[in-house]
Amino acid sequence: MEKSIIIAGYGGQGVLFAGKLLSYAAIIENMNTTWIPSYGAEMRGGSANCSVKIANDEIGSPIINKPDILIALNIPSFNRFEKDVKKDGLIIVCASENEVTKSRDDINYFFITLKNLTKNIQLSFINIVALSAMVRKTKLLKIESLILALNKLIPKNKLHMLTSNIEAIKLSAKFVFDNKNSKVFV
Amino acid sequence: MEDEEKILLKGNIAIAKAAINAGCECYFGYPITPQSEIGEYLSKAMIEEGRIFIPCESELAAINMVIGAGSTGTKAMTSSSSCGIALMQEAISAMYCQQVPGVIVSVMRGGPGLGNIAPSQGDYNQACYGGGNGDYKVIVLSPSTIQESIDLTYLSFHLAFKYRCPVILLADGILGQMMEPCSINKNPYNDYDYNIEKWALNGAKNREPRNLVSLHMDLGELEKLNYDLNKKFLEIEKNEIRYEIFLTDDANIIITAFGTVARVAKTAVKQAREMGIKVGLFRPITLSPFPSNKLGNLICSNVKIVLDVEMNLGQMLKDVRSSVFGKCAVKFMGKPGGGIINSDEILEKIIDINNNIES
Repeated sequence: MEKSIIIAGYGGQGVLFAGKLLSYAAIIENMNTTWIPSYGAEMRGGSANCSVKIANDEIGSPIINKPDILIALNIPSFNRFEKDVKKDGLIIVCASENEVTKSRDDINYFFITLKNLTKNIQLSFINIVALSAMVRKTKLLKIESLILALNKLIPKNKLHMLTSNIEAIKLSAKFVFDNKNSKVFV
Repeated sequence: MEDEEKILLKGNIAIAKAAINAGCECYFGYPITPQSEIGEYLSKAMIEEGRIFIPCESELAAINMVIGAGSTGTKAMTSSSSCGIALMQEAISAMYCQQVPGVIVSVMRGGPGLGNIAPSQGDYNQACYGGGNGDYKVIVLSPSTIQESIDLTYLSFHLAFKYRCPVILLADGILGQMMEPCSINKNPYNDYDYNIEKWALNGAKNREPRNLVSLHMDLGELEKLNYDLNKKFLEIEKNEIRYEIFLTDDANIIITAFGTVARVAKTAVKQAREMGIKVGLFRPITLSPFPSNKLGNLICSNVKIVLDVEMNLGQMLKDVRSSVFGKCAVKFMGKPGGGIINSDEILEKIIDINNNIES
């Protein structure tokens, strides 16, 4: 098994952190992983993305030509990467279905917004929510691994947000479970 | 090593951590993307360890400080990227001539000129064949995973002190910026005795004064030194060659690639094998000295074509050609200026070549 995931959004949305979290969760499950950021001129407010690979075996190329999974934290990222996703792949879109134009019928879409969950989740958790939704939807990893990884990776100055982030992971996973409306991704 | 906990580290940080483990006492550097995390990490860690960290006014200053520290037998390192390494060339030639050990980490970005900050392999020639003057050679090591970046950082310090010469650890922007699970294992050369008392400038108390210079004006002195240093490099060539081969035994096509491109090529090789194409991979780890004989010996009657793949316009190609020595055709594919090659492109090329062989 080898899966390639692109996480994309605005700089400041926690795109790179979500990728790290995913990679770390893979390590917890004794899998191989690579993480590459789009680096350099990217900045807060600009576009940011990272490429994560997760595999049981040694990972050759860390570069993703066509991702199995796209996590689009905003609509511009969705528009930019939608065409690249592999046939039968999955896109987690952080928007409601009527906000975007779907241009393909050979991939799966899953729409999630913070409004879907609860009013208590802060806007800054969209990365965690989307990541959790992807993990739950694909069963690529266990939700528990994601929570363990978060415990390990959360910076000291953000410790007070740990509980609410874990809550976001759980709520998002529950939302996916309750909304099996789109095709199940294999 | 298996017992040690795997952690997720960025390539640059891994190199910095390994340098500390290798006993690097001094770091001198000037920031440049895509390797700035090395200096950033060491600016804190070296001070905490009670070691020396100096943010320099230029790359030129940094490499000359490495010479200063190295000449006292102290493990010292600098790191930079393409155009920064360009500024260090004169001093690297001097290090070779003065026989001063030191480690230079070069994380390549797009060139020429100031170029861009995208990953590249455009400095193969700069590292292996240098811009310094005279008949000098440098040991150049090329990792392709983060774990190997750690292991080769240890090896860089080891070889620099074992042979008293500059060693370049040549990575590219992807290896610098990528994160991968790895473990910071123990430096395997911790107990090695480098005999620095025999040559280091550590104060002339109770011994004759000595110096380490690169100016040799006496008649025939420099000629003899050149022969001696060359002999040393032949010794390095005999003892220190490292390379990786993958599925080359029955191969009709052999791909040659180093660094990140080698692992991208490995994916393409695996995919091509699934399609029944007999293709293998040869990855030099020591780019200088180049494993010429090892590659040459792989070229038997099976092998129809060698395909050299690089993120440049074919800098390793001439080493590959001279190793193959006309025994089969050598083709090239590459992208300059920060262009990244993906495995689909390599696979396509392999299929194309294979169709031509069969027809």
